[in-house]
This record gives sequence, structure tokens and C-alpha cells, in this order.
Amino acid sequence: MLVFIIRRLLQSLLALAVMSLLVFVGVYLIGDPVAILASPDATEVDREQIARALGLDRPLWEQYALFVGEALRGNFGKSFVFGQPAMGLIFERMGATVELALVATVVSILVGLPLGIYAGLRPDGIAGRSIMAGSILGFSLPTFWVGLMLIMIFAVQLGVLPASGRGEVGSFLGLHSSLFTLNGIVHLILPATTLALVRAATTIRLARAGVREVLHMDYVKFARAKGLPERRVIGVHVLKNIMIPIVTVTGLEIGSVIAFAVVTETIYAWPGMGKLLIDSIVNLDRPVVVAYLIVVLFILVMLNLVVDILYSVLDPRVRLGEQKG
Amino acid sequence: MSETPTLEVRNLQTHFFTREGVLKAVDDVSFTVRAGEVMGLVGESGSGKTVTGFSVLGLVDPPGRIVGGSILFKGEDLAHAGEERLRALRGSRIAMIFQDPMMTLNPVLRVDTQMIEAILAHEKVSERAARDRAAAALAMVGIAAPEERLLAYPHQFSGGMRQRVAIAIAMLHRPDLIIADEPTTALDVTIQGQILYEVQKLCRETGTALVWVTHDLTVVAGLADTVSVMYAGKIVEQGRVDDVLDRPLHPYTNGLLGSVPSRNRRGQKLRQIPGMTPSLLRLPEGCAFRSRCPRADQACAQMPALAELAPGHLARCVHPHLETAGA
Repeated sequence: MLVFIIRRLLQSLLALAVMSLLVFVGVYLIGDPVAILASPDATEVDREQIARALGLDRPLWEQYALFVGEALRGNFGKSFVFGQPAMGLIFERMGATVELALVATVVSILVGLPLGIYAGLRPDGIAGRSIMAGSILGFSLPTFWVGLMLIMIFAVQLGVLPASGRGEVGSFLGLHSSLFTLNGIVHLILPATTLALVRAATTIRLARAGVREVLHMDYVKFARAKGLPERRVIGVHVLKNIMIPIVTVTGLEIGSVIAFAVVTETIYAWPGMGKLLIDSIVNLDRPVVVAYLIVVLFILVMLNLVVDILYSVLDPRVRLGEQKG
Repeated sequence: MSETPTLEVRNLQTHFFTREGVLKAVDDVSFTVRAGEVMGLVGESGSGKTVTGFSVLGLVDPPGRIVGGSILFKGEDLAHAGEERLRALRGSRIAMIFQDPMMTLNPVLRVDTQMIEAILAHEKVSERAARDRAAAALAMVGIAAPEERLLAYPHQFSGGMRQRVAIAIAMLHRPDLIIADEPTTALDVTIQGQILYEVQKLCRETGTALVWVTHDLTVVAGLADTVSVMYAGKIVEQGRVDDVLDRPLHPYTNGLLGSVPSRNRRGQKLRQIPGMTPSLLRLPEGCAFRSRCPRADQACAQMPALAELAPGHLARCVHPHLETAGA
């Protein structure tokens, strides 16, 4: 188990190195940050000064070497635009994004799992078919369109929910979250629903497919032959088996929801990391982009690890030590 | 109470309503099993013997459905019983053992969970008492260190051990009837022997009636008191095990017996039944075995009735092997 975790972390270090190099070169190729940072009437001398202050006058390889050296000491550079440490900027906004992503994931499971199980038990019924049709919509409607429609209906037409912003943030046991104030929760509803839609559709399909497959297994028939109530056959024997793929996919998806909630955050003006990333790319604010991707990669690696460990909890046949990396 | 048999199946019909047509998996099947008796239900794959077993428990999957006949369990008709009544009987009074021990235990639940839930589904006892009973049941089927083994997952058991666990689960409530669906087919011959011995012993001790579904005539010879031979959803021969195996009346039973390898016929070519089981969707008129039968003629185009051709020995055939029976 320990060996497994250590090997995973070493692999992620390698990924980190490759990724930072790619981002460095990529941002360098897009354009010159100095052109954006300097005012239009700045002289050539002003520009050189800015470049020198940011270290942009050195050759690219030297810039990268400097970055790596500093990063190993825990310093990921300062934002070109804000002049603040890049990591600090990201952590300031991470709370809002993580909150949004977690709420969306929980909602998608609470909605998707029961619907999917129901559709799996009654695949030919009207309700079962409607659920599946709905899940196809959930997949195929683009997030930005759903977001705009929800704003149109609930904020503009009905005027019952706020269209943008995060609302009040309450704190409880040292945690800061908008879940602790009514105003905050009201602000969460629309963005979380938008983000949850695709996830819920995935969960429905996974749950339905799982139920359809597991239901025909001998062990389900054997459970019935033992005279167990149907509640227990479905709730324990079937559920525990279909949870394996659902946990895997959901766990991995949390990472990408956190990392790429960009569209939703932009529509609802949610003050999260996604918005920061877009702004930083536009401004060619390289330290923030690199730091952001490092954080995202770290989150993904961690989630992968958690999913693998959960997997071995859910499926006793899986032993982590024997897995080939 | 020896008058009321444990299980009396009368004219059972279980049909599957598929898109291609109605599949008569079980068509007019009758048999009787008394307390402490073992009946072998013999037939090829697809002859309807497994569906017969599931029908008794009310576990036929859609599109299958019991459309006719009655299943009298100690006088109570299960074919028309409600789901809640069936659930109460399942596992407690009627138990089932499945063919593939690798598949019958839920892979993600520990053995203790799967045994204790089976006890608690029918009796209000404490978790502790249920656990003790589960351990005792494992010990009874010859599993060493049962307390420890209860904590294991199914994949940590061998195939033979898993089947023992399944048998232990079936025996938990000392049922009146066990339906065993080829429970030893997937096992080594030595393990098979042990399991047969144990089941036989348990049934004799507890007076449990046993329906042993199998295609293996040697198993039937050593275990059963009576035999019913099924072909294409119908019973073609029925009687005391010695009568049926020593003096088979139906050409199909005769063919089955001829295809069992034996030391007495060493060096000779094994006889086999030509052709294969007909599709249940396109059964020919008359006797279903007609197309493979060496004795068939025009008279077989009419389905013969199951008739008592010798005392207690029934066969469904126009041209039975009466010469051997009479001898």
C-alpha cells in the first residue's frame, strides 16, 4: 500500500515536470506579456525596464531553470499583473470553486443514482424511458446554453433566484462556505445545478447499466432465493456492486469539475479559480497559469489516489499492492 | 403426516413469452417428492429442468411465467401464492443451491454478511445469535475454523468451499425442501463426492426432501430414490431409480445410459444420441424425441401420454423398451 502511494507520487512529479515545461514554452509562443503590461505610450526604455523586472529579458531556458529552482524551494513566482505570489492568488479563489464542485457532485449523485437504479429496474416502463431520454439531454446540451436558460427562467422571468455572484459567506468550525448562510445557498443553486447536469446524466447511465448487468447475476437470484426482502436485494446486493464504477468515474470527475468549471464560473460570475485562469491566459500572466496547472495536477493525482483506495474498499478482490503501475 | 408429500407438482406449465414466440420451457410436468426423499431431475441442457426448479421458488425471470398447473408445497399451492408469501417460504422452508459456486455468493460482501442476512430475513434473533448459528452451519458442512472463515470474502474460498458455504446457507433454517441445480457439476470429482455425501447425510438427518437437478446419471444412481427424466420441457420417464436406470423404458433414457462411459464396456465405442435437442420454439408435432429416435415411425407423430407401463414406472413413448422391462 505504502509502496503504491509512493510510486504514484513519483509518477506525478514526472508529470509535473513535463507539464510545466509545456506551459512555459506554450505561453512564450503565444506572445510577449510586456506588450500587454506596458501602457500603449510607454517608451522602448520603459518596456526594457519592465522586461528586466519580470526576468523576461533572459533566454527562455534560463527563465525555466530559474523557475524550477525557485519552485523547488516552494516559490512559484509572482503574478505579472497583480504583483502578488501566484499560489496565494489561486488559494484565495480555490474555496469558491471547490465548494461549487462538491455541491454539484453531491447533487448529481443524489439525483442520478436513484433515477438510474429505477431506470435499470424498469427499463421498459414509461418512467424508465423518460429518465434515459432526459439523461441524453443532460449529456448533449452545452453547459453555457443551459446556464443562460436557467438564468433566463429563474432570474429574469420568475425573478426567484439571483443570477450571479457568490452571496454571503458564513463560517462554521473554521470553515468558510456559502453553505452556512441562506443567501449563500440561494446563490449556489443555479451554478451548482448547471454544473451537476452532465454529472447526473453520467451517473444515471452508469447506474442503469450497472443494475441491468448485476440483476442477471446468479448472486442476485441467490439473494432472492434466500428470501431476502427486495429492499435488501437492491439496496445492498445490487447497490454495492454498481457503486464500483460510479465511485471511480465520479471521483475522477470531481477533479475535472474543479479544474474546468471555467464556463459555469464565467456565466455566473462565480469568483473561483476558473475565472482567474481565463483572465491570466488573456493577460499572458505566466506564473499564475503555471501555478494553476500545478494545483490542478496535484488535485487530480490526489483524487486518483483516493479513488484507487476507495476501489479496494468497495471491491475486496482488488489488492493495491499487486497492481502493476 | 406422511400422507401429504413435501412437494407435489401437477401439470406445471412455465412458458416464456419471447419476441420469436412462446417458448414452452416446462410443459405439463408432474412429480411428487416426500419428506426425506431424493428425486433426481435429469435432462440435457435446455430440457427445462432448471426452469422447473425456479418455478417452485417463484423465481422465474420475465418474460417467463407459470401459466398452468399447481405446485403443492405441503398442500399449499405456490403457483398462485402471493410474492410476500413466497418470500417468507424462500430460504426458510424451501432452499436452493445453484450450479456455479463461483457466481452464487456476492463477491463484494463478506460471508458473514451473506449468512447472517439469510437468518435475519426469517427470524428475529440477535446479530450475535445469528453469527453463532452461521458458524455452526459452516462447521456442519466441514469448513474448518468457521469463526475465522466467516470474516472472509467469497474470492478467498475455493470452488468446493464456496459450494459448501452455499449449502450451509441453504441448510440454515432446516428447510423442508432443497432444490439443488447441478450443484456439483462445476466441481472436481473428489469434491463432488464429498458434497454428495454431506448433502445426503444432512437430508437423512433432518428429513429434508431434495430435488437434485442434474444431467449426470451416475450422480442420480448413487443419490436419488426416484428419477424424472425431462426432454424438451416434458417428462418422458419417471419411476424408482433402480427401475429407470436398470430397465429404461424410453429410448431417450436408454440413449442417455448408453452414453455414460463405463468400465464394463471398455474398448467399445461410446454410443451417442444422434442429432441435438430441438429448439423449443420449433418443436415438431408429436413426440419431441422422434427425430433422434431409432424406434420412431408414423405413430410417433401423435404425442403419446405419460403412461404407467410397469408398476410405479411411467414413460411417454409409443414404442417403449418393454422387452427389457418385462425380462
